Amino acid sequence: MPVLKQIGEWFEQRLGVAAGIRESVEHPVPRSTASWWYVFGSAALVVFCLQLVTGILLALVYVPSASEAWSSLQALNHDVTLGWFIRALHGWGSNFMVAIVLIHMVQVYLFGAYKFPRELTWIVGIFLLLMTLGMAFSGQVLRFDQDAYWGLGIGASIASRVPIAGPAIVKLMLGGPIIAGATLTRFFALHVFVIPGLLIGFVCLHLLMVLKLGINEWPMPGRLVKRATYTAEYHELIRKDGMPFFPYAVWKDLFFAAAVLLAVAACAVYFGPFGPTGRPDPTIIQTVPRPDYFFLWLYAVLSLLPPSLETPALLIGPVVVIVVLLLLPFLSGEGEKSWRRRPIAVLTVLLVAVALGTFTRLADVAPWSPQMNAWSGAAIPQRFLHGTSALQRQGALVFQAKQCRNCHALGESGGQRGPSLDRVAVRLTQDQLIRQVIQGGGNMPAYGKNLSPAETTALVAFLETLHPPGQRPARDAARDLVLNESQDQKPSEQPAQTPQR
Amino acid sequence: MSDENLLSRRGLFMKIGFLFNGLVAAALAVPIVRFVVSSVTRGRAYLSWVPLGRVNDFPEGETRLATFRNPYVMPADGKTVDTACWVRRIEGEQFQVFAVNCAHLGCPVRWFPQSGLFMCPCHGGVYYRDGSRASGPPERGLFEYPYKVDNGLVTIQAGELPTPGASLALVGKKPPCQS
Repeated sequence: MPVLKQIGEWFEQRLGVAAGIRESVEHPVPRSTASWWYVFGSAALVVFCLQLVTGILLALVYVPSASEAWSSLQALNHDVTLGWFIRALHGWGSNFMVAIVLIHMVQVYLFGAYKFPRELTWIVGIFLLLMTLGMAFSGQVLRFDQDAYWGLGIGASIASRVPIAGPAIVKLMLGGPIIAGATLTRFFALHVFVIPGLLIGFVCLHLLMVLKLGINEWPMPGRLVKRATYTAEYHELIRKDGMPFFPYAVWKDLFFAAAVLLAVAACAVYFGPFGPTGRPDPTIIQTVPRPDYFFLWLYAVLSLLPPSLETPALLIGPVVVIVVLLLLPFLSGEGEKSWRRRPIAVLTVLLVAVALGTFTRLADVAPWSPQMNAWSGAAIPQRFLHGTSALQRQGALVFQAKQCRNCHALGESGGQRGPSLDRVAVRLTQDQLIRQVIQGGGNMPAYGKNLSPAETTALVAFLETLHPPGQRPARDAARDLVLNESQDQKPSEQPAQTPQR
Repeated sequence: MSDENLLSRRGLFMKIGFLFNGLVAAALAVPIVRFVVSSVTRGRAYLSWVPLGRVNDFPEGETRLATFRNPYVMPADGKTVDTACWVRRIEGEQFQVFAVNCAHLGCPVRWFPQSGLFMCPCHGGVYYRDGSRASGPPERGLFEYPYKVDNGLVTIQAGELPTPGASLALVGKKPPCQS
């Protein structure tokens, strides 16, 4: 094809980049790195490119205005040809990007790739991770629905806890005193201009260093990194056992990147776009806001931390984590690279993964959230009412009407905020039940002001029936004794409480 | 060869050039920074009194949801400036007006008149009818708007998203916190 060659030469005469490009794509890499373990970085880059393209496509239709954003997303979902698919690609692309960036980070950590001389590559990578999470959160805000609105409220509540500067940070974040149009436009600017611009710059820096310093060799147990000798050893390795990145290693990156893109597209087709959920109308309070999946773990942590620890953990925790990640290459910049001889590193990864997985799973169930409709929607299973007296049934009504079920499960239904009450009569005596209902305690509100004595009596009578058939309810032996004594002294007087079953 | 300490003509011009750019940058930075932080520096002039309804719209001894429009509106705000609040009429002209935002992380709390409790759907914060904390993660009671009764109208001082940090100033007093 002499014409093509001529065109190529015409450009090359003016640009003069061919040599540089050839040098970059054919730079030698250690033979051991042509591995399926080394494909995550390039996959993250490919998904990032997908996000750029789909993001620009969405911007053709999306209106960053608090009054129009929600309707423009509805138009994308329903009116614009294949708008739903582009939205789904962008949404699933963001999920995949967060996941792949995290996997890439774990691989780099376990392979010791952050050690000398690649400290700065790691540090830039940490900033890339933070920006990826920033994109994820700001993207969730742009999907301006109820979850986005209340998610911003949660963000503002967290930010407001910063000592002294808190209120100012909230106003800076919201662009005013409330969540409104200015909030959306500034998150739009962040999501579309500021963070992507920084991301592109940092990605280039990250790649440049990978090319300059060379890809991390496959870690061999016992081959220690020393600042004085590493560079020479690496060059020696490449000279003896190196091969050009293109085409020896690149085909695996290509295969994996295509597979990831296919997976994103498959998820987009199968599951469709995310939301938008209800209109961002703050007067609609019948809503249960939930964060997107990459922040579910945080939602769980915020529910499970003791209240007194929450603010310090929220404000200090992230700073500590980021500082530790940034300092990591300086704390262990030399020495063993192989995960086989770094048990603490492996355990740390496992611990973090299990913790994040557990918190995410818990947040999916959210046992700490009251079920707001259980009192009216979840009937008491029939078996709990079989053969009960009129008083006990009255108690069951009180139990249902006073929203006890929002927090307490009976059988399979009801909230899980408080303990399940299927067997409560075995655990608590009559007196203890009365005390618990009236005074609350142990994370239960006191119902004393909201229950008449008759209602309390009926409720406790019902609760006392909640024990397995073969097991007697708990009773206070001393109380029986005292009651019997008083009966002996005054035979005419009956004990005030309901008879035990 | 001139002395190394001696400033050449070009060197001088370069330094003046840097200085000139620095001065212009500083001069431009002032309005830019003022623009960026204007939402913080504007002060609290947006706080104003907004009516919620007539006193008799709120039955004595009950707690009702009321909505109001934020006093400070920008053209593209849409529905976001419509805000809800819980109005409790204790008796006569004695009221309590609570923000719907949970004092934990701001999710909207719901009122359950049967049990006399506010419950939050997010992390399970619960409050009594007077707004004081009953259980769950909140460290304080519900946020209260200052209110007054004006010509038979219940009005509240509003205009700011209540958050655990900022709202202490907005409310002026901290609702009682039981337990």
